[in-house]
Amino acid sequence: MNGIPPLFRQPLAIALLLIAVLLVLGEQLSPGFASMQQILRLLIVAALLGIVAAGQNLVILGGREGIDLSVGGIISLSAIIAGNLMNGADAGIPLAIAGCIVAGAFFGLLNGLGVTLLRIPPLVMTLGMLGVLQGLLVVIRNGIPSGRAAPVLSQFVTQPVLFGLPGIIWLWIAVGLLMAFLLRRTVFGQRIYAIGSNEHAAIMAGVPAARIRILLFVLSGVFAAIAGICLLGYSGSSFANVGEQYMLPSIIAVVFGGTSLAGGKGGYTGTMAGAVMLVVLQSILTTINIEESGRQMIFGATLLVLMLFYGRGRAMRT
Amino acid sequence: MMARILARYPFLPALVIALVLLALNGLYQPRSVSLIGLTGLTKTYLALMLLAIAQTYVVYAGDIDLSVGAIVSLVNVVLVVLMERWGGGGVSIFAAMAAGLLVGLACGLINGLVVAALRLQAIVATFATSIFFTGVALWVLPVAGLPAPTAFWRTYGGRFFEVPFVFYAVLLLALVLYLMARLRLTTQLLAVGDDAQSAFQSGLPVTAIRIKGYALCGLFAALAAFCITGDTASGDPLVGGKMTLFSVAAVVLGGAALSGGFGTVVGSVFGALIIGLINSLVYFVGTPSEWQNLVQGLAILIALMAGILVGRRTRR
Repeated sequence: MNGIPPLFRQPLAIALLLIAVLLVLGEQLSPGFASMQQILRLLIVAALLGIVAAGQNLVILGGREGIDLSVGGIISLSAIIAGNLMNGADAGIPLAIAGCIVAGAFFGLLNGLGVTLLRIPPLVMTLGMLGVLQGLLVVIRNGIPSGRAAPVLSQFVTQPVLFGLPGIIWLWIAVGLLMAFLLRRTVFGQRIYAIGSNEHAAIMAGVPAARIRILLFVLSGVFAAIAGICLLGYSGSSFANVGEQYMLPSIIAVVFGGTSLAGGKGGYTGTMAGAVMLVVLQSILTTINIEESGRQMIFGATLLVLMLFYGRGRAMRT
Repeated sequence: MMARILARYPFLPALVIALVLLALNGLYQPRSVSLIGLTGLTKTYLALMLLAIAQTYVVYAGDIDLSVGAIVSLVNVVLVVLMERWGGGGVSIFAAMAAGLLVGLACGLINGLVVAALRLQAIVATFATSIFFTGVALWVLPVAGLPAPTAFWRTYGGRFFEVPFVFYAVLLLALVLYLMARLRLTTQLLAVGDDAQSAFQSGLPVTAIRIKGYALCGLFAALAAFCITGDTASGDPLVGGKMTLFSVAAVVLGGAALSGGFGTVVGSVFGALIIGLINSLVYFVGTPSEWQNLVQGLAILIALMAGILVGRRTRR
C-alpha cells in the first residue's frame, strides 16, 4: 500500500471514496438508485445503524477487548417497551423515551459492572447478557401485545422535518457532533483513549479506569435504546428480535470507520462513514436481480475485501 | 493443593457443575437419568459438544470463529443434498459424508487464510465468512425441509448390540480427543495463544499453526453437522446459525481463556453438556414455557461468571 498517497490511507477518506463509487455503481445498475429520495432513505437506515455503532465505538475505544454483543437485545427490548408505553398515542412519547433509556442504561450498567468488578471479559459478559435479554423478550412478548409507534415518532423518523431532512438524520448529526466533542474536547474523551491504549499507565496517572469503563457500557446501552425507539418509529410496530440484525454490523461499521478492535485508536466520524457504506452496499445488493444466496455470497466476500483496507494486524517479526 | 489440582485439570469445575446439574435433573425427573433419558440428551447435544470442541481449537491460539454455525448449516445441506442425489444407499452416505468433511475443511482453511495469512481481525472476518458460507448453503438448498435418507438417521438414533449408537460415537470421540491432546499441533496452538510473539521467536510457524487450528475447527464443525443431520433428519440452510454463540459460551464454561493459551477440549465438552442440562432442568422443574428462555439465559450467564471467577482463583 506504500504507493498510495497518505490521504487515501485514511479510513474516512477510503470510506467516503467507496461510498461515492458504490453510489455511481448503483446508479448504473438501476437508474434512480442515487436519486435524492433514495439517498435519504439510505441515510435513515444508516442513522439507525450509526446510533447503535456510537455506543459500540465507545466500548471498543475503551480497550481491554471491549465489545458489546448485547446491543441487539437492548434494541429489541427498547422497541417493545417504547411500543407499549406510547401505544400509538403521541402523549406517551416522553414516558416511552424515559423508560427505554432507563432500561438501556440498566443493562449497560450490569455489563459494565460485570466487566470491571468481576473482570469478566466483555465478549463473555455481553454474550451472556444477550441470552438473558432474549429470554426477557420472550416473557414480555407473551404477556403484552407488541404495541405501536406514535404518529409523531414515525413522522420524526421517516418524514422531512427541517431543510428536507428527516428528524432521525438530524438526531444522527447531533450524535456525531456530541461524540466528536466528547472524544476530542473533554477530559472524559481523553481518558477513554488513555485507558484504551494503556490501561495500566492510565491508572498510574490517576485515571479512574473502572468508573469510565462502566460509563462506556452504560452509554452503549443508552445508544442502543435510542436506536430501538427510532427503529419502532421506522417500522411502525416492533416484532421478534428486530435488533439482532444490528449486532455484528455495528461492530463492522466501527471497524470500517478505522477504529481498532484493540482499543485506544479511532473515532466516530469514520464510523458514521462506515455505517453509510455498509447500508449502501447492502442496498445495491438488493437492487441486483439475483437470488438471495448469490447476494449473501457477494456481501460476505465484499466485506472481506473491504476489510483488507483497514487495520490489518502487524506481521510477525523477530 | 486444590489450586494445583485445578491447574492440572482445568475442566474440573465444569465437570462438577455438570454432575450437580445432572443430579438435579434426576431429582426433578428421575427418568432423565435413565438410559433412555441420557441417550436423548446425548443425541440432542452431541452436535453442540463437537462444535464446542471445534471452537476450542481456535480459542487455544487466541482466535475465535463466529462462522462455525454457518459451517454446520453448509455441511448439513451439502450432506443431505448429495445423499439424495447419489441415491441414498450405503455407499452414497459415506461418499456424501466424505464430501461434507471436505467442505468443512475448506471452510476452515478459508477462515484460517483470512484471519492468519491476511491478518484480518478474527471477530469481524469470520462474521463476514459466515455470511458467505450461509450464501453458499442457501445456494445448495434454498429452503429447509429436504429429508435425509432413512438409513442415516435410523443409524444415528438406533442401537447396536443393545447399546445406542451415540454412545459408540462418544467413545470414539473420547479416543480421538485423547490422541489429539498428544499431537504436537495442540501444544503449538496453545503456545501461539499464550504468547504469539515468543512462539514466533522460538521458531514456530505461527501463521501455519493458526491456519491449522481453523482447519481443525472446520473439520469438527462438519462432524457436528453430521450429528445435527442425524438428529433432525433433514436439511436446513440456517440450522446452525443459533449454535455459534452457544459454542463460544461452552468453551468459556469449560474453563478455556478466550485470550488463548489455556483450556481443554474435555472442558468444552462439559461446557456444552452444562448448557444442555440447564435447558432440560429448566424444563423439568416446571418453569412456565414463556419463562424458560429467561431462566436459561440467567443460569448460563451465572455459570459463565462463576466459571471465570473460579478459573482465575486457580491460575494465580
